Amino acid sequence: MTSKRLLKFIGIRTASVAISIVIAILFTIVVANLGGKVDEIVKAEVEFYVWDSVNRNPALRFLSQEEREKLAKEMIENILRARGLDKPFPIRVFIYLKDALTLNLGMSMHLTSNTGSRQIRLIIAERLPPTILLFTTVNLLIFFIELFMGLYLSRRYGSLLDKVVISLAPLSSMPGWFYGIFMILVFAAWLKLLPWGGMVDAPPPEDSLMYALSVLKHMILPILSWLLAYLPIGIYNTRTFFLLFSTEEHVEYARVRGVPSRIIERRYILRPTLPPIITNFVLILISSWMGAIITETVFNWPGLGRLLYAAINPANPDPPVVIGVTTIYAYLLGVSVIALDIAYALIDPRIRVEGLGG
Amino acid sequence: MSQALRGIIKSARVLLRYKSFTLGFVILLLMLALSVYAIVCHPYDKTIKIWYDYKAWEDYPKLARPAWIKFFTGVNELEGTITLSSRAISSGFVKIRTPIAYGGEVRGVYIILEAAFKYDYDTLPSQIVRWLYINSSKPVYVTITWVKPEGTNINISKLMLNQGEYYADLSVEGLSFVHEYTQYIVSKFGVTPKYELNGIIVLMGREDASILSKSTVKPSKGVYKIIARAETADLNADVDIKINIYGTLYGIAGTDEYRRDLFIAIAWGAPLALSFGLVASVLTTLVQMLIAAVSAWYGGIADNFIQRLNEVFMVVPFLPIVALISLFYRLTIWSLLAVVVALGIWGGSVKTFRAMFLQIKEMPYVEAAKAYGSGDLRIVVLYMIPRVIPTIIPTIVISIPSYVFLEAALALLGLSDPTAITWGKVLEEAYSGAAMYKGYYHWILAPSIMLFLISIAFALIGYTLDRVFNPRLKEM
Repeated sequence: MTSKRLLKFIGIRTASVAISIVIAILFTIVVANLGGKVDEIVKAEVEFYVWDSVNRNPALRFLSQEEREKLAKEMIENILRARGLDKPFPIRVFIYLKDALTLNLGMSMHLTSNTGSRQIRLIIAERLPPTILLFTTVNLLIFFIELFMGLYLSRRYGSLLDKVVISLAPLSSMPGWFYGIFMILVFAAWLKLLPWGGMVDAPPPEDSLMYALSVLKHMILPILSWLLAYLPIGIYNTRTFFLLFSTEEHVEYARVRGVPSRIIERRYILRPTLPPIITNFVLILISSWMGAIITETVFNWPGLGRLLYAAINPANPDPPVVIGVTTIYAYLLGVSVIALDIAYALIDPRIRVEGLGG
Repeated sequence: MSQALRGIIKSARVLLRYKSFTLGFVILLLMLALSVYAIVCHPYDKTIKIWYDYKAWEDYPKLARPAWIKFFTGVNELEGTITLSSRAISSGFVKIRTPIAYGGEVRGVYIILEAAFKYDYDTLPSQIVRWLYINSSKPVYVTITWVKPEGTNINISKLMLNQGEYYADLSVEGLSFVHEYTQYIVSKFGVTPKYELNGIIVLMGREDASILSKSTVKPSKGVYKIIARAETADLNADVDIKINIYGTLYGIAGTDEYRRDLFIAIAWGAPLALSFGLVASVLTTLVQMLIAAVSAWYGGIADNFIQRLNEVFMVVPFLPIVALISLFYRLTIWSLLAVVVALGIWGGSVKTFRAMFLQIKEMPYVEAAKAYGSGDLRIVVLYMIPRVIPTIIPTIVISIPSYVFLEAALALLGLSDPTAITWGKVLEEAYSGAAMYKGYYHWILAPSIMLFLISIAFALIGYTLDRVFNPRLKEM
């Protein structure tokens, strides 16, 4: 009985998330191709390339002008058909959509991986690890500091430390990349203690331990600037959340009964509040894997953010890369949302009932 | 009316008791003053026209630091530019024309242009540039002599020129008069300088042993003279000259690589940041509330549709999509605002508001409104949304900086409005000008400090408002 309801719930959730992903990717494709204008650019490029090669080919010199024209037109048609560019844009959108959904991400327009490949799959695979490394570290640090400081301060509500931390909250009105600029100015330009940016020293160290240390050294400044930007508000919010939660009746009752505060914290505050906190954290973590475009650009970090930065460069945009990254991201997000939903449906009876109701 | 006024005064008095609010309020007033200054003293149409016109900034020093730093360093540096121009009425060159006659016939004209300037600063100028404007139907032979306070004559130009305008940067290395002067120094001191002299050092450097090393070279203080002699066969010919000795300091905020006065950009950034942040924040929140209220009030299909739409836009990556749209459509700052609002309304806030409205929907006063037959729209717009507004005013204020920074982020991506001078744009130009690596810190710091101030101001005000209007924690 319950498992049947659960299955139905999972089915509905999966379907609705899947539809969201499809529509989101479709939207990205339409925007990224500017309603077909990018295809016009590609078409013009193909025509230019074919005419150029036909006119220059010495083997074709004996042909008359008309014959050459006919040959070029045939070649152009073939290439366009091979690329699917002969069909009108509304149809092509769905071809692109099918390709994206089957993770057939295709070729970029000009961006390449370090090995020189233009396969978007390879480019993303190369850029993903640095981004995951940096932003998972940052977010884990923020998460744990936030949690422990929040708990600690909610216990010492009104103390001097509490007041100091609360008065620091306005610092979070500025984004991480902005602090990054100041960090570089102070620690790289002025004190010359830490590197300006990048991921490893200029000739990468041969020894793997030295390599790791070098990467760690390059991670200090981006991590510091993100902590400065996002910790104050994080601690403030967690502290307020715990404070409000600790006034709930069951917590008050436990306190009246004389339950030690350590146990109150673990069993009466943390256990019920942890699921939403963890959901939030997982979603933040996954969206951070998109890379932070400006932070990575400021610190010259070779991750997905820098890739996106290059792909939306006004002088030379590369829409297929943007579509590829969005697709991967949509899948990651969708899968984790479903996984979290299932996990909570299994653990928490309230969510299960609510989920079926909505 | 007077009661409302009294209410405002009363709450203002409460708020001003908080130091954080007062601080934020003062910063905000400064920003407003700056905005008024920008709009009144640098009218937008005129400013935007000259901002990208390099000729308009010809007489400004390049990459000069703010002038006020001399009070901290104690070094007397040249602020702005010494401009010597024969076209200017007051300062500059004195022109004397004498006809050249031989064989009882006037065959040509001899023009002497003479100028003098005093230089008693502790550092060398940043650049020396000369322009020659020749208006003659026949070639003109021009020689220019630069006389240093020590009395040394340097022939900086010997040219045969036709009609036209001629520019020369006299501050670089490798010019012929630099070579000649280096020889002169070698013969005078018997030692070769340990570095390559450049035009500035040759023309302005003190002529003693200090000139032999780059670290000790000092400017020669005193009166300099410049004499330009022109000869031509065209009797009606005219020759004009302009010499700019650029300083190392300028104005309140310094100048950038294109010689532009950064203070104008700083001033104009204020009204743009204030209005963009405020409008974006207010609009986003209002639209979010409207959507959430409609979703909660109507329920059913409308609710479901809005929830799904929200999920779709939560998957779409915000910054890349905004970037792509503004890339393809070359958005102005106000159409960018529309895109930001249209894409920025989606997310967790709609869900939070929806939960709030679901509670309000069940409240007795809404029941009462329904009972006397108010329409759906009336209930949503006049009864449900106003109920929430007081509690979200702090949130609106706190989120203003994020929109200011969003504009700055787009500017850093090179996607800013070409017809707006924003702080983000100055920051982007500083970045692409490698200001950080080359040490032009004022260029980066000027916009950064403004961004910092505006966000701190709104954050301080917002958090105080939150504490005063939403005293959830006061009860404890």
